[in-house]
Amino acid sequence: MNTDRRSFLVSASRLALAGALPIAARADSSQLGPSTLPEGTLESARLAVLPGKVSLIKKTWRPPNFETPVEYFRHAFTPNDAFFVRYHLAQIPEVSAQTWQLRIGGDALDKAQTLTLAQLRGEFEPVEINAVCMCSGNRRGLFVPHVPGVEWGYGAMGNARWKGARLKDVLGRAGVQKSAVEIAFDGADGPVLDKTPDFVKSLPIWKAMDENTLLAYEMNGEPLPHWNGYPVRVVVPGWTATYWMKHLTSIQALSAPFKGFWMSTAYRIPKGIFPVVDRFLTQETETNTPITEMVVNSLILTPTSGSQLRAGDTPEVAGVAWDGGAGIVSVDVSPDGGQSWHAAELGDDLGRFSWRQWRYRVPAVRPGSMEIMARATNRVGSSQTAQLLPNPAGYHHNVMQRVSVTVS
Amino acid sequence: MNRAWTMLLALVTGSALADEAQVHLKDGPGKALVEANCSMCHSLDYIPMNSPFLDRKGWEASVTKMIKAMGAPIREQDVGAIVDYLNANYGKR
Repeated sequence: MNTDRRSFLVSASRLALAGALPIAARADSSQLGPSTLPEGTLESARLAVLPGKVSLIKKTWRPPNFETPVEYFRHAFTPNDAFFVRYHLAQIPEVSAQTWQLRIGGDALDKAQTLTLAQLRGEFEPVEINAVCMCSGNRRGLFVPHVPGVEWGYGAMGNARWKGARLKDVLGRAGVQKSAVEIAFDGADGPVLDKTPDFVKSLPIWKAMDENTLLAYEMNGEPLPHWNGYPVRVVVPGWTATYWMKHLTSIQALSAPFKGFWMSTAYRIPKGIFPVVDRFLTQETETNTPITEMVVNSLILTPTSGSQLRAGDTPEVAGVAWDGGAGIVSVDVSPDGGQSWHAAELGDDLGRFSWRQWRYRVPAVRPGSMEIMARATNRVGSSQTAQLLPNPAGYHHNVMQRVSVTVS
Repeated sequence: MNRAWTMLLALVTGSALADEAQVHLKDGPGKALVEANCSMCHSLDYIPMNSPFLDRKGWEASVTKMIKAMGAPIREQDVGAIVDYLNANYGKR
């Protein structure tokens, strides 16, 4: 690819300055997400700072759910202190790396054991992988009709370089038996009430044993931020972040499907409506199945909705595109609401689980209004949808964006 | 989660607890019940965030989910007033 990565970054930093965020909690509503979010979502959102983070878009205080302002996505990698925060349950301990232990057990394991952080770092080959971490419900707030949940805009995602041990290496040492069908994960965070189901997730054994699935202790070259799972989180490249267990404390090899609320009831999609490849057969029912990999998607970062251009300008349309791990092969841009499409130039290929930057320069624009769209396509020929595929929990929103700008 | 282990660890809930006091629900009958019950487990901004698009049935489903799935100890005789408040103040218009 014949792209000058530096110029991507230079134009990115210039734009980031133009869109610099104020410290104040009260913000122009456009800084709190797209205007199509529910009215109450925009009214109750704030720009706010969690310890160790920059100002992010607060959706809920407790448990903390904070979204990344999209300006940060102009970087190839999302800064740790701007990375989104998502918790289900409000009891969130600050874990000490010195006393942290990972318990490995389950009925389908040869020998239960524990690992310290030093062991995880020192006794297993370190692996680094670039991967998008995206909440299953990213863009839920854009569903029409709206569905209940955390009403995310575009920012419940980020791209990072993760470093850790392969889960398969850790499981291999402990000896997973042939009877294992799922690997279950628990983290240190938990519910306020004993009766509330703890957040426990499982992966099918084949995905757990995938060489790309990591127990990560670094993110972008630094220890994980507290709010992103310090000291160790599961990284499941390609799959939505519900499986990326934060503050990991326990791994169980199971000979029967895990039946907790967060597997059996939550994070499910209707069968057959999405173009997903990965299946989680031990958890499928007649009608629904757990969410698995991300669907192909893109985000237009510039120009922003409502921008004013002048006749003769040649605006650059730029953004990022990603999918569930097949890899992005093309992004097409339409400057005219979908009438004509033009191939965008792709940025560096940072790996098939990373997002890919792209840009397209529109020829001299004429006065009037313009509707800019983008459509990403992956290596297996999947593309974005024109119409929302409704589902009760509001997952897999990959409807092509329409960014309106005016030219005077 | 291993509770005994967690007890040894410091809880980092302080800042969020202070900030969530900024959330003010609309005045109306049932507000105190809603505040007392819902804030046991989560900040009250979950309510305005999910508005105004749920009808009475939608709010009823949310409250039922909190009781049945999440184990919220909401007294049966309070459910009607809670749903009424949510629908009247944060319901679909």
